[in-house]
Formats: sequence, structure tokens, C-alpha cells
Amino acid sequence: MIDTAEMLKVFNRHRGDAVVIPGRGGRHWVGISTQPNRDLPVGDPAMGGHSSFALGLALARPDQKVVLFDSEGDVLMGMGALATIAEQQPKNLYHFLLDNECYATTGGQPVPNAKNVSYDGLARACGYARTHAFDNLERFSIEVERILAAPGPVFVWLKVAPEVENLPIKERRQWRKRIAAQALLDLRKELRVDP
Amino acid sequence: MAQGREASLSPETILAELKKNGISHVIWLPDSETNWLFMLMKAEPSLTLVGVTREGLAFSTAAGVWAGGGKPVVLVQNTGLMESGDSLRGWALGLNVPVVMMVGYRGYTRHGVNTDTAATYTERFLNAFGINYYLVEDDGDAPRISIAFEEAAKTKRPVAVLVADEYHGFNR
Repeated sequence: MIDTAEMLKVFNRHRGDAVVIPGRGGRHWVGISTQPNRDLPVGDPAMGGHSSFALGLALARPDQKVVLFDSEGDVLMGMGALATIAEQQPKNLYHFLLDNECYATTGGQPVPNAKNVSYDGLARACGYARTHAFDNLERFSIEVERILAAPGPVFVWLKVAPEVENLPIKERRQWRKRIAAQALLDLRKELRVDP
Repeated sequence: MAQGREASLSPETILAELKKNGISHVIWLPDSETNWLFMLMKAEPSLTLVGVTREGLAFSTAAGVWAGGGKPVVLVQNTGLMESGDSLRGWALGLNVPVVMMVGYRGYTRHGVNTDTAATYTERFLNAFGINYYLVEDDGDAPRISIAFEEAAKTKRPVAVLVADEYHGFNR
């Protein structure tokens, strides 16, 4: 099992100028990223949509590398997005999956068939040209630079340690520094869409 | 639609409105009788067609396109719109995404007496979300599509165009 925060620190060394959608890794990423205006820590606008959101961004901006840290709960909810991404073949999309085998924010209940779904196999079957799977940080650290240097769409399945939350929502640490809508506006400004 | 006339909203009219309003990406799931429109859009080099597998995924895709500076339009049926409630709430309304959704109005009968619950709940659904909408029945109503795009941009909210009686006449 990989520690998500440590994995994100390793990734950050190779980020370059990529636009990053940290997804469920957002709570760690906000303290690691050094380019917040190129981040989209949108939290959880509606479960299951992160990969489609990343696809839309990648299609609109083929000049930008787009990196998504998705979750297995989201993928299971919007699994058809894998086929759409594979059909569109965005060369600038890097789809990382944080698989903790559970719904961590609701107390850690297992996702359906938690230990048996082969997510890299799903992505491959849908048409992703390149897929990878890691369950330890050492191997990931060796491979990540090469993964990000090759063209997308790439799918990277990461087995991560669950960080289960059982506190009532209002008692949880609020990690976001901006509301989600502001993050989009900041990115549009960064990409010179808006003045 | 004027009394006594066949419904005639041509796909060429729809395409012209999309081009006129600078649409870059059409995010869609096939509606009833949309094949001719599909072929026209596919042949239009200024448009990227993104087919989704559930309508809810159209709104997150549209949000991403807008975040990157593209101009998306969502093309779905009313049945799929209702399936999309949480995605519409979170990805479009929640992120202030100015997107127009063109919604095939399955079951629409004009006189208000319908036998299809898809039609029964369509406007109620939009009203519940506070989303403004325009009804388009034939080519003469096409300017309402541009009005919807202008309103979405101005209000930074989704706006709906209800395409009455689905896309009758769109198959050739």
C-alpha cells in the first residue's frame, strides 16, 4: 500500500507545468503543490465526474499536460468515462487512480468487489493504450518520470492506504483554500483564457 | 410551431446556431432521431464531438472544457437530464459554468395533455434547479438558441433549450 501524501511528493518532483486535478488527494496536494494556480482542487462537486472533467480540460487545452488523481469509488460510479477517454485519445491526459478499496470519507465501507477489480485491466479493455499498476512507492518513484514523459492517455493504478474519516463533516479539517468555482477562474486566468 | 404546420426544426438550423455561437465541443448522448444532426456535426471541422455514456458525465465534461477556455454545449434528452441531477448541481451550477444544454423534449405535445412522464417532469425538474429554459419548436424559434447562449454567458449559469417533440424530421 502506498502513502498518498508521500506519492504526491514524489510526483511533484516530475510535475513540470502540468495542470493537476488532485481529486481525493487534494487535502495533501494543497500543502505540496508550488503552483496553486495550475491546480484544480475542486473537492467533490458530484461523485463520478472527475475523469470526465479532466477529459474536458485536456480536450480544450491540448497544449497543456493534464494530470488527474481519481479514486476507485469515482471510477466505479462513472465507469463509462473510460470508454469516452479512450475514444478521444487525449495525448495530454494522465489518469492516476488512488485505490484505497473503500469509501474513506463515509467511514471506510468497502467499495463493491473492493479487492478483486483490476482497474488497469478495465482501462486497457476500454482502449487506453498504456496502463500501469503499482502497490509500492519505490517502484512508482522509479517509473513516474518515464510515465509522464510518454504520450497519453495513460492510466496508472495505485493501491493506496485508506485514510478513513469518521468525524461528522462539520468537525473535519477544511483543507480547501479556495472555493471550487474560484479555482476554475484562477486556472482560466493562468491559461490566459480570461484577462 | 404554427397551427397546422408540420414540426420542422432542421438540423442545419441547429448546426448554424452552434457555429454562430462559437461552440467548440458538443458533449452528447444520442437523442431520438438525431442521426442526421450527428452526421452534420461530425462533418463540421470546428466541432469536437464527445460522446458520453451517461448524461451526468456530460456536465462534468462540459465543466472541464469551460475551465480550459473552450465553449461546450450539452445535447441530451429530457430523460437523461433527469438522470443527471447531481452532476448538473455540482459540476455546472456549483462551478458557475455557463453551458447551454439542448434537451430533447420527449413526450411534448404542445397542448399539455401528455401520456409520457418524461414530459410531465421536464419543466418541473428545471424549475426545481432554478434553470431558465427556452422552447424551440421550429426554425422560426432558432434565435432563442442564441438568446440562451447569451444568457448563460451573462449569468454564468446553465440555460436549457427544450427541443420540442424531440428531433422529428432529423432523420434523412
